[in-house]
Amino acid sequence: MIGGLFVYNHKGEVLISRVYRDDIGRNAVDAFRVNVIHARQQVRSPVNMIARTSFFHVKRSNIWLCAVSKKNLNAALVFQFLYKMLEVMGSYFGKINEENIKNNFVLIYELLDELLDYGYPQNTDTGVLKTFITQQGVKSQTKEETTKITNQVTGQIAWRREGIKYRRNELFLDVVESVNLLMSPQGQVLSAHVSGRVLMKSYLSGMPECKFGINDKVIVESRRAADSSSAAGATKSGHIAIDDCQFHQCVKLSKFDTEHAISFIPPDGEFELMRYRNTKDISLPFRVIPLVREIGRTKMEVKVVVKSNFKAVTKVEVRIPTPLNTSGVQVICMKGKARYKASDNAIVWKIKRMGGMKEWQLSAEIDLLNATDKAKKWTRPPISMNFEVPFAASGFKVRYLKVFESKLNYSDHDVIKWVRYIGKSGLYETRC
Amino acid sequence: VKDSMRGLAVFISDIRNCKSKEAEEKRINKELANIRSKFKGDKALDGYQKKKYVCKLLFIFLLGNDIDFGHMEAVNLLNSNKYTEKQIGYLFISVLISENNELMRLVQQNLKNDLASRNPVHVNLALECIANIGSKEMAEMFAPEIPKLLVMGDAGDTVKQSAALCLLKLFRTAPEMVPIGDWTSRVIHLLNDQHMGVVTAAVSLIEALVKRNPDDFKGCVSLSISRLARIVTSSYTDLQDYTYYFVPAPWLSVKLLRLLQNYPPPEDTTVRNRLAECLETILNKAVEPPKSKKVQHSNAKNAVLFEAISLIIHMDSDPSLLVRACSQLGQFLSNRETNLRYLALESMCLLATSEFSHDAVKRHQETVVTALKSERDVSVRQRAVDLLYAMCDRSNAEEIVGEMLTYLETADYSIRGELVLKIAILAEKYASDYTWYVDTILNLIRLAGDFVSEEVWYRVIQIVINREDVQAYAAKTVFEALEAPACHENMVKVGGYILGEFGNLIAGDARSSPSTQFQLLHGKFHLCSPPTRALLLSAYIKLVNLFPEIREDIIAVLESDANLRNSNVEIQQRASEYLSLARNSTQDVLATVLEEMPPFPERESSILAQLRKKKPAVEDAIRARGEKQQQRPASGAADGAAASAAPTAATPTSGGGGGVKLQGDIAGAESNTDSDLLGLDFGGSAPAAAAGGGGAGGGSVDLLSSILDVGVSSSSSSSAAPSAASGASAQRKTVVVGAGASGSIVGEENWHKFVCKNSGVLYENDILQVGVKCDYQQSSGRIVVYYGNKTPAPLAQFASVINLPDSSLTNQLGIQVKPVGDRVGASEQVNEVITVDCMAEFSACPLLNIRFVYSGVAQSITLKLPLTINKFMQSSEMDSATFFQHWKQLSQPEQECQKIFQAKFPMDAETTKTKILGFGFSLLSNIDSNPANFVGAGIVQTKSGNIGSLFRLEPNQQAQMYRLTVHSIKPGVSKRLCELLETQI
Repeated sequence: MIGGLFVYNHKGEVLISRVYRDDIGRNAVDAFRVNVIHARQQVRSPVNMIARTSFFHVKRSNIWLCAVSKKNLNAALVFQFLYKMLEVMGSYFGKINEENIKNNFVLIYELLDELLDYGYPQNTDTGVLKTFITQQGVKSQTKEETTKITNQVTGQIAWRREGIKYRRNELFLDVVESVNLLMSPQGQVLSAHVSGRVLMKSYLSGMPECKFGINDKVIVESRRAADSSSAAGATKSGHIAIDDCQFHQCVKLSKFDTEHAISFIPPDGEFELMRYRNTKDISLPFRVIPLVREIGRTKMEVKVVVKSNFKAVTKVEVRIPTPLNTSGVQVICMKGKARYKASDNAIVWKIKRMGGMKEWQLSAEIDLLNATDKAKKWTRPPISMNFEVPFAASGFKVRYLKVFESKLNYSDHDVIKWVRYIGKSGLYETRC
Repeated sequence: VKDSMRGLAVFISDIRNCKSKEAEEKRINKELANIRSKFKGDKALDGYQKKKYVCKLLFIFLLGNDIDFGHMEAVNLLNSNKYTEKQIGYLFISVLISENNELMRLVQQNLKNDLASRNPVHVNLALECIANIGSKEMAEMFAPEIPKLLVMGDAGDTVKQSAALCLLKLFRTAPEMVPIGDWTSRVIHLLNDQHMGVVTAAVSLIEALVKRNPDDFKGCVSLSISRLARIVTSSYTDLQDYTYYFVPAPWLSVKLLRLLQNYPPPEDTTVRNRLAECLETILNKAVEPPKSKKVQHSNAKNAVLFEAISLIIHMDSDPSLLVRACSQLGQFLSNRETNLRYLALESMCLLATSEFSHDAVKRHQETVVTALKSERDVSVRQRAVDLLYAMCDRSNAEEIVGEMLTYLETADYSIRGELVLKIAILAEKYASDYTWYVDTILNLIRLAGDFVSEEVWYRVIQIVINREDVQAYAAKTVFEALEAPACHENMVKVGGYILGEFGNLIAGDARSSPSTQFQLLHGKFHLCSPPTRALLLSAYIKLVNLFPEIREDIIAVLESDANLRNSNVEIQQRASEYLSLARNSTQDVLATVLEEMPPFPERESSILAQLRKKKPAVEDAIRARGEKQQQRPASGAADGAAASAAPTAATPTSGGGGGVKLQGDIAGAESNTDSDLLGLDFGGSAPAAAAGGGGAGGGSVDLLSSILDVGVSSSSSSSAAPSAASGASAQRKTVVVGAGASGSIVGEENWHKFVCKNSGVLYENDILQVGVKCDYQQSSGRIVVYYGNKTPAPLAQFASVINLPDSSLTNQLGIQVKPVGDRVGASEQVNEVITVDCMAEFSACPLLNIRFVYSGVAQSITLKLPLTINKFMQSSEMDSATFFQHWKQLSQPEQECQKIFQAKFPMDAETTKTKILGFGFSLLSNIDSNPANFVGAGIVQTKSGNIGSLFRLEPNQQAQMYRLTVHSIKPGVSKRLCELLETQI
């Protein structure tokens, strides 16, 4: 039970203050400002206890979002809620900044009334919220409409309203992965993992029941155990081992536990169907080979080779950090544009079209200024990369997505399905 | 125009306009890269550019970023002749260059040049930089130079001013570096300088120097008084620049007044009158209507006034001034300014300690009481409480304590604990009527039981037990207090203890019949914590003795599983022990064992000590006042402090053995909860510990028992009683001896015990406990002497000297002492390490003379150091053939020493064996034909050679006699060994 919710700007001025419970006094707003926002030392802990009151905060650009409670409550729940709330606000008015918040005071208070009731999180689903909290003025709703909304919101399938009709039944699936890597200078993988999300956009009529199949080892093998006859000849390859995953609330978890089947009635519109994490057998799209040579105390040579290990053309950016006492940089590269960005203390190398299975080289000469304090050595931060490739680095594959709608007369074949894979760079770093 | 540094202004405004921290960081990174490329570039930068970039770096540094370049450029700026460039250079250096940077050498060279410069502005810059860096190295380098600038005739005012402040800073960092020379006397004359700035700077410097050696600067007193007189009497138009909101030179006045507080009032009457005039003028000015309504005006005026009042209090010699100061402060008490009220109360607290103004302060009692009630600020209320405490004496004690008690009900939690202590102390100190005292303390427990510390209720019990006249009253009051439906646990403790002791005194009344008393106490039993329950059990068994008729009820309670099988061991043990005591003993035994407590020995209230721990400053002031009054018999204000110090009988009655046992038991029980009723008095606890056995031994607060091994503490249990008695007599002796310096030696019998063992208590009296722990290896030894201060006040001028009574000892022993500090803090223990080398055999014993000042009285104690020849002896094993061979070799008459003497201790073979082994000899069996005889050998090791010794001891059981024969290479050794061993068996 969250006692109250405050939103501050970067100066610590209160933009939104909503108190849900009596045990949170007026001074709680100031306590957080004084002890966290204006604290002499930067407060890094997201949870702070001040005068027997817990303050949970997240910061988005310059905005502090802070939940308060006197009770001993589940911190993970609070943060999940805070992030959900940011998501909801984002979907209503775009970027979360001071100006947008000030322009949407009424909306935000309206949302807060709906999101939390007496401090208990209620409904954080954007799609549902949008059915009755709209930005288009006040629309007087008929009695039937209100009862319908009430029924739906308090009903079993709160995320989908009844009577949706589309002329074309369509659905879009995006598998978005972010690839994280830390590689030693010699090319040894120190740590690598992929965190992926399956985003779905559904435009389906009625109350369709969907079944989703992926090439996860556990699911595939259990399936195979179920009908062992067909399993005999199948190859073992092509299955990935997902470390853990979580689903949207619409997925029937009981079914997943017993039958290892992902079955659900999707909300209308866009939502995140599942999240997963994978650490094994990751195919790395790029390889960076650094070569750093320090010539005396005033000069340094850097050579960086980038190799691509796939067949496509993409945009790539490589960041090569420079020492803090850099006084001048000369860069030569075969392809793309490279520039010394003093404000970031890095050489930024951008290649607009990087072909597959190619390799490009950059070499730079860095002039250094003699530092007075020799004790501090340059720590050589890793070289990082930014990219987006059209495949899933983890090997994640959508095997099928079947739609069943018994009441309306369209079948699985009538639904138009689109699947797309996107591999993005997370922290993709190579030590040098 | 170029000096405005546009680039810097643009950069700063860019940073100010940054929306986020990240943007700011980016801008700074960009600027740093720019500066780096500029510094690295081949083009030489001109002074202006360098200055600009160094300025930017400084700004970036002040924003919290690390700067690791540009230092060289900053140092280069120092060579410039332009003021602004030099200034920026010095600024950068004093902010950014660390003490041990290698550039410091260059900087120092530059500083030297600039100090020698003829341009005063450059000298000033250098001085400022030295002060800002203010390192030890700087002090080393420049401290000898700067005084020259200070007293140089032709130096400008600003240079003198900076030099004085710079020297002050260096003096503060490294006082030993600042030389004392003829300039010191000339510094004093700066007080006469025309320029007020110079005077102000000089006063600060002089005040710091005065603290080091006041005698060198005595001359400054008259000078500063005349300077003060000139300022005070001048009108505000005279001092132009140094007048602050119509107050002439307030800072200088305050500093001068502070400087004067380092000295006693001047002896010269004219000077003294002049100072009195000054102070009077300041007091007069305070009464004048303000010249301005601005707060700065009154602030400055009051600052001077308060400093003047502190000086008046410091001098404490002029009654009229003190009284005037007091009345002035009295006006502030009702001022609107909270700060003023606070300061007024604080100063008054000090005034109250002066005998002259004590009565004047008392006149404001009512105002202070109102302040206590109506004040909004808790810190001011706290001061008010302090003042009430300070102004309290016999005449107004009841009233003040009453007020404090009423206030206690509403007081802030933060000050309640202290308030309770203060009430307890005042009530005790000024109690003329002990029924009032008992009422007050019980009230206290009722109102703020949680804040009543153990000491407070221990004290009530001590007083009730020691004063027969209040016992009945106390029992009655406690009984009534316990009748309340809810009462604090502390109340139950007091009630249990008092009813257990004196319940019989009120048993006659039908309303408080024995069984009612018991039921009342037992009604609270279940709500109490285990320590209190244990105490109540003791009270019950005492009730058994007092009222045999309720014995069965009590046995039933003791028998119940809740007590007999309690998970708390203490309760369990008490229940079972008391149960068997109640069941099996005859009335006579009960009466002896459970006899009434003997009176506690009178001693300083431990509550006072606790309060002092909390607030040392105020308490010491008040204490000092008490001492002062005692030193001046003429003042005749022999108040409660003296009265409460009046001693009463301190020795426990001989018949009180049984009572003591229980007392010790309770003490032991109490000590389980880290509190000790008897711990309040060390002297009394020793016999109790002895009687109470091992359990109570842990409870006695024995300063030394912690460091000594268990063997010693167990042996001390048999000796503690006599040693305490001897300690008491010895203390009386030292007081006599104290006047005539070192004379008779005390603690002789303890010394004898050390012949055979190496650690223990050598000497003990009410003030000091001296313990010794030694270990010896071959010809050298280490003696650690522990001095334990048993009093709650420090022992001052503590010193110990080793005397060698026999001049030949100097050749025989090499003694080195690692001295102790000259002060032993309250309840502290210090140790002194003495290393001894035995050069040759010796017979005399070194003396240890201890001197210290305790509560103004010099004390001197002389002890024999437990250092005897046998300590350097190592036992040696040999077979009978070699033994007899040696025996015969050493049988010349002068090598042999034989004594026949009466046994001093029971003739027990085992004890004798231990003693001989402790003495240093080996015990050889199967040598002598008579197995009852003891035979042994040992080697005394000295630097000049080893001395073999043999002995034979023949006991005669019938006659209780011994015959002891010692053979040794050196004749002196055998004689000495013989003597020593004789005392031991």
